[in-house]
Amino acid sequence: MSWLLALPFLIPIFTALATFPARARPRLCGVLSIFGCTLLLVVTIAILVLVESNGTHAAQMGDWAAPFGITLVADRLSAVMLLISGIVGLCVAIFALSDIGKYRVKLGFHSFFQLLLAGVCGSFITGDIFNLYVWFEVMLIASFALLVLGGDRIQLDGGIKYVALNLVSTLLMLTSIGMIYGLTGTLNMAQLHISLAAVDNPAAVSTLAVLFICAFGIKAAIFPLFFWLPASYHAPPVAVTAVFAGLLTKVGVYALIRTFTLIFPNDLGFTHSILLGTALLTMLTGVLGAAAHYEFRKILAFHIISQIGFLVLGLALNSPLALAGAVFYMVHNIVAKTNLFLISGTAQRLTGSFELSEIGGIYRASPLLSTFFFIAAFSLAGFPPLSGFWAKLLLLKASLDQAAYWVVVVALVTGVLTLFSMSKIWAEAFLKAHPKDYCKCLGDIPRYERYQRLLPVALLALITLLLGLVPGPFIDYSLAAAGELLEPAGYLGAVLGLQTQ
Amino acid sequence: MNSLILQTATRVLVALILVFSIYMLLRGHNYPGGGFIAGLIAASAFALFAIAWGMESAQSALRIPPGNLAASGVLIAALSGMLALFSGDAPFSGQWLRLTGDKTTGGISISNVLIFDIGVYLAVLGAVLTLIFALEEA
Amino acid sequence: MEGPLALVVGILIATGVYLMLARNLLHYLFGLVLISNAANLAIFIAGRVTRAAPPLIPEGLQVPPEPISNPLPQALILTAIVIGFGLLAFALALIAQAYKVLGTLDVDSMRIAEPIPPKREKSL
Repeated sequence: MSWLLALPFLIPIFTALATFPARARPRLCGVLSIFGCTLLLVVTIAILVLVESNGTHAAQMGDWAAPFGITLVADRLSAVMLLISGIVGLCVAIFALSDIGKYRVKLGFHSFFQLLLAGVCGSFITGDIFNLYVWFEVMLIASFALLVLGGDRIQLDGGIKYVALNLVSTLLMLTSIGMIYGLTGTLNMAQLHISLAAVDNPAAVSTLAVLFICAFGIKAAIFPLFFWLPASYHAPPVAVTAVFAGLLTKVGVYALIRTFTLIFPNDLGFTHSILLGTALLTMLTGVLGAAAHYEFRKILAFHIISQIGFLVLGLALNSPLALAGAVFYMVHNIVAKTNLFLISGTAQRLTGSFELSEIGGIYRASPLLSTFFFIAAFSLAGFPPLSGFWAKLLLLKASLDQAAYWVVVVALVTGVLTLFSMSKIWAEAFLKAHPKDYCKCLGDIPRYERYQRLLPVALLALITLLLGLVPGPFIDYSLAAAGELLEPAGYLGAVLGLQTQ
Repeated sequence: MNSLILQTATRVLVALILVFSIYMLLRGHNYPGGGFIAGLIAASAFALFAIAWGMESAQSALRIPPGNLAASGVLIAALSGMLALFSGDAPFSGQWLRLTGDKTTGGISISNVLIFDIGVYLAVLGAVLTLIFALEEA
Repeated sequence: MEGPLALVVGILIATGVYLMLARNLLHYLFGLVLISNAANLAIFIAGRVTRAAPPLIPEGLQVPPEPISNPLPQALILTAIVIGFGLLAFALALIAQAYKVLGTLDVDSMRIAEPIPPKREKSL
């Protein structure tokens, strides 16, 4: 059993090591990478099934008993995040076959990509806060490398800002972990839940809570700390941006959710007020930034920020329904966002640019791609019956239950502005005729490349449709996950009641 | 740098430093030392070589591209954690192969911790040299 | 012993922040190095500074015969030092490469990823 929980990071690490010596042969590299991702997907499905049938599972690495050794824990939230990482990983690995040139493969693209997946999966499954830091760093160093791989001028420029600001977050996280160890004498998250409640030093606990908000807030790109994201996300190739957009910021949000449901006691009222304020500002600044831009990927990048706001909102409202909304929104958003970035890459392939003023005519040239964009974009804007509608409905219902009417107002304004940006892309890139040239249709690109570009997009669009048309089981699952987060007895039992072999 | 004294001294020193790094690697098993520090010491030997004899000579003296060295180090370290698979323990558990003596009397034994340390040694050596060579070219 | 060490952490962080406020990227990086050391020192202090034997159990014993120092903060710091070393080394290589390609270390003049939009004519 303990091996199963270790596989989500072991598989990508070994895939990374396998692709490294093969990097001079792009075809072989791609096959290895896709094989690894498929394996990862199978394992994450197995974990999800296990958690759904038997409840929270924990495993001790190296047979050191909790709370001293490193614990891996899979509860419902972890399991669904792992599954979605597996799906995104596979889709992007397929898309990368045609999007990433030989030059970048030779520099080790696939190895860094797999290392990134290892970091993401490791962060989702660990139950030890210092281990979380280590996985964050694995993820960070892989993302540094992916961001500047190839060394274009724009990549270096964006990369420097990304590196500079993320290193600050790393140091904040390290310091806060050191402080929490000093206060409680443990690093195991389940043990922290118990030990921190016994600490009679509200000032220190409050300071720590705010330090953690800042540290994870930079990673998650919440309101005043998001500047690295729009500066860098449009610089690397689309496949890299897609996996960044889908997974990286969400790991920050996951860490926030984990920290503020499990580690810090819920009666720390002011942290949730801070989170609520920043969530609303994040939502608004994100969409306003998107409204001001006319570049396909920059609009999408600003929307990431806005949607992080929705996720943090779910955490800040701190009710079962709100957390369920956050979980559902996270899944919906990762799928839709990754898909939109992948589509933007194919759109650029067809029309020659990302600048909305210079492109157009995609709808006439390739209705299929346009349909996929329509599904993803209007799901993001919250149109029924697509997945975004249910996600926003849960969050709005949760705010109405708490009589937080101004939250509803901000959410609705954000929704309208999201619709505005998505319609802007739709009108400019898809409906309008191409201003200079003509838009290629999908038949104009080689057959293999066509499949490699369309298959992942179609798969992700299908998931969006599925989440939208049959939301029942997913909402039930999210509610169960939220219940586990608010009542961590099962988590504590699985970790601390565990006997070593 | 074209200095006769440095070049002559380097010939002797590099060998000494490399042997010392192996000593640190093995000593780390029960005393202060270990793969990380030993890897840094070994990397400093090649850095010294590069300063005295130039980048190309250092690269050819290393024989393997440093990136491959780092990757194989990570592979060895990761595989050492997998040895627990054969004994049915949790991942990354310590595995001991006793050559002489038993648990109470002590004696000589080989463990996967040592293999892990060798992996770390190679990984650190490879990573630091990759960096030094990259910076030297920049 | 905690007091003076905490003061050192404070001084390191203050110096680091001062350096990070500079426009020059290299100063920024040096600031980060100082703060990274401050973070490690802070963990060390958080693990309580005591005078005790190294955390080694002599052969043939199951528990240490005398009080030993807490090995966990040291293990944490070691990990953090290794990670910090890797990240900062990468950042240094990146800055060197950026200087070669972009020709400047002044962050204010790095506007390729986020170009300043051309001024529009004001309409009445």
